[in-house]
Order: sequence, then structure tokens, then C-alpha cells
Amino acid sequence: MLRVDSIQRGIVLDHIQPGTGFSIFERLGLREADYSVALLMNVPSTKMGRKDMIKIAEALDLDLTMLGLLDPNITVNYIEGGKVVRKVKLGLPERVEGILRCKNPRCITSAEPYAPAKFSLVDRDKKEYACFYCGERLQA
Amino acid sequence: MASLKARPRHFVDALDFSTEEYRALISLAHDIMDAPARWQDVCAGKVMVTLFYEPSTRTRLSFEAAMQRLGGRVLTVADPATSSAAKGEGLADAIRTVCAYSDIVVLRHPKEGAARLAALYASVPLINAGDGAREHPTQTLTDLCTIQSFKGRLEELSVALCGDLKYGRTVHSLIKALACFPGIDLILISPVELRLPEAVKEEVRALNPGITWWETADLEGGLARADVLYMTRIQRERFFNEEDYLRLRDSFVLTPDRLVQAKKDLIVMHPLPRVVEIHPAVDDDPRAVYFQQARLGMFVRMALVTYLLGVRPC
Repeated sequence: MLRVDSIQRGIVLDHIQPGTGFSIFERLGLREADYSVALLMNVPSTKMGRKDMIKIAEALDLDLTMLGLLDPNITVNYIEGGKVVRKVKLGLPERVEGILRCKNPRCITSAEPYAPAKFSLVDRDKKEYACFYCGERLQA
Repeated sequence: MASLKARPRHFVDALDFSTEEYRALISLAHDIMDAPARWQDVCAGKVMVTLFYEPSTRTRLSFEAAMQRLGGRVLTVADPATSSAAKGEGLADAIRTVCAYSDIVVLRHPKEGAARLAALYASVPLINAGDGAREHPTQTLTDLCTIQSFKGRLEELSVALCGDLKYGRTVHSLIKALACFPGIDLILISPVELRLPEAVKEEVRALNPGITWWETADLEGGLARADVLYMTRIQRERFFNEEDYLRLRDSFVLTPDRLVQAKKDLIVMHPLPRVVEIHPAVDDDPRAVYFQQARLGMFVRMALVTYLLGVRPC
């Protein structure tokens, strides 16, 4: 059994869909971290069978909207003094700004790059978002 | 210093107005039509900018005629090649600038969602006069005004829409607005290649889960039970093959013969310009109302301008 020490202060991203931990690690820019970070893959889980986890020994200000888009099943545990002081269960965000880009070449965002890309969730089951400007749908 | 000025009301999307507001605007258009002299000075001292990044004759002239009949003045940018857009100016900057000179702005733009972006930056009321294939809400207002004027109601109607239902922005806007009225039965007549997109159908279902529609490629069959026929142009540029285009175009041409099976009190509408989809011989049929529709468009735009500017006769 692999053993990773618990952290005193920081964040644990739990219940990551197995196989997506590495892309989340990359999106959070953790490759550049000068603090301790552990990426655990295919950890046994009673709830999910297998899961990925990321332990970060730093109290980062995470973009929970982006994390929710990447994997809405993640639980974010905030750790202080070696104990979980706050637990946030993510989900698909209702509104997303500045992360997704519209794929419709006729959308105004393709011609006016400064236009803030805005999307709203229109179908939770299909994970579909609609562009605020042109209504084009895309899957998260 | 923070501005205390209230945010202006815009008209960007056919669903920006409630059914009550549509009814009120149509009623207002009739008031103006019945007594135009009462309204001829209500916009005195007001300036409208018509900012057209895409060619238009009817819509632009209709707005300009509307503002002039209300006593206001119009500044026009009808050719983007002669504006700052040719120097690479973005839409948000252009809108903020023209808002500094005007009381109301009318925008047409080839990109979808351009009017929504512009509305984020507009400090005066902004009207969408067409943004790509997405929306043309003032045409919808014109269409609803025409239906109300000739049928006496906006509910409990069978409305047949014929032609290019896939790319036609007037069709998409009208269908969404109609879906908000009770008892609407849609008859969607088009070639298979130009059927109404699924995304529009989903929007319509969300607006009115009880709405019914029937899709067919048979113009005469679809026409038989319609109270309203809304014709649109089949566009050559949508086809890869000229042969297919010509075959389909000819099956969706309205002729006096095809109108024989239709109801006696049907009305035939068209957003114009018409190319070949309505034979000129249909023009003499009293059921053809498309030129009256264009005239109503001016009066209902007068109503819209007064509503957004909050002006009334003394």
C-alpha cells in the first residue's frame, strides 16, 4: 500500500474521477509548485471503487468554477492544523465566464476577442452549456 | 463617480418582451396609425443612429422613416467600409461612441450575438435589427402586428412556415415569440435539408411544452389547414448542388393554383425581399398581405421607439 503523509495546512481534492487527476494537476499549474504536492491515482475508494486525489500543502485560492467544469464530483477539503475545517462538494457551475470558448465561427466572440466569453448551464444531464451571445451549445 | 442613471431598456431578442408588452406595442402601433399627426413631434430633439455593418434596405429605411415621422433625426452608418470598423475598431468601442451622440441606436451586424454584446456597452436603448442568422426581433414584432391586424388574435392559430427554416432568422425569432401565446399549432414546411434546427425546437419546447407542430415537405398539404402562411426564400448558397437547389426551389413556390386548397381567410406573409417563392400572380389575391406587412413594420417600429424612449404625445 502506497503511503502519503497527511498535510497540516492546505487543500485535498478528493473523489476525482480516476484518470482525470493528471489533467487537473496540469490545469492548476501544480507542476510549477514550490510547495509539496501529491498526485495519487487509482486509489481504492469505498464510494467510487477507484479515485484520484491531489494533496496540496498550501492554502491556494482555487478556481472552483473551473474545477467543477473539469470534474463536478470533486470534494474540496480545506485543511488547517491537520484537520478538515471545510468541505465543499463541487457540481457543474450554473454560469461560466472566461474559461470556455464558443466554437461557433459566426459568433461575435470570434470577431471581438475581448468579448468576455460567458456560458450558462442549459442541460445538467448532458453537461451542456449555451453561449450567452449566440446560443451555441457545447459540452463541458 | 458612480452613475445613478437607470440602465436603458434594449430590444435584442424576441423573448425580451412579454406577451403583454407585445400586445401593448401592437395596440400602440394602431393608435399611431389612426392618428399620426398626434405623434409627429414626440421625438423632436431626439437623435437615432442606425449602425449597419451589413447591407439592408427595408429594415434601415423602415427605422429611419419611423424616427422621421416621430419628429426625430437620424444619423446613418450604412456602409462599414466608410466607418471606423474599416480601421479595425471593435464593436464595444463603436457602440460607446455612438451612444455619446444619440438617444437610441439601431444595430445590424453579420455576427451572431453582436447585439447582445453591444447591449452590454450601450448607455442608450439599443435595438437589434438583425445579428447574423440568430435573431431579427423587430421583424417578429412586425409579424405579430400583422397577424393581430388581419386575424384579430395572436392565439389559437395554425401558423404554417415555409421555405428555409434552418437558417432563416426571421423564422427562428417568430417561432419563439409565437410559442409564448396559447393554442399555437405550427406547420413546418421545408425540404428535409432545411428543417428547423433541433436547438430551436428544444427552446420552443422549453417555452411551451404543450405546443404542437407538424413537419412536412408538402406545401399544398401543409397549407390546407393553416390560418397564416409565412413564406421565406430558399437560398441558393445553402446548397452544394445547383440541380438540388432548382428542384427544391420550384417545389416551394406559392402559386394561385396552390392556394386553391387553402382557407378563404388565410393570410400570406413574407418578411421580404421576395425572389421567386411567391409568384407575382399571388399579389392580386386578397389573402396576400406582405406589402401591408411592410407598412405595418414602420408603424410598429414607431411604437417601439416611443416605448423605449418613454415618450408620449402631450
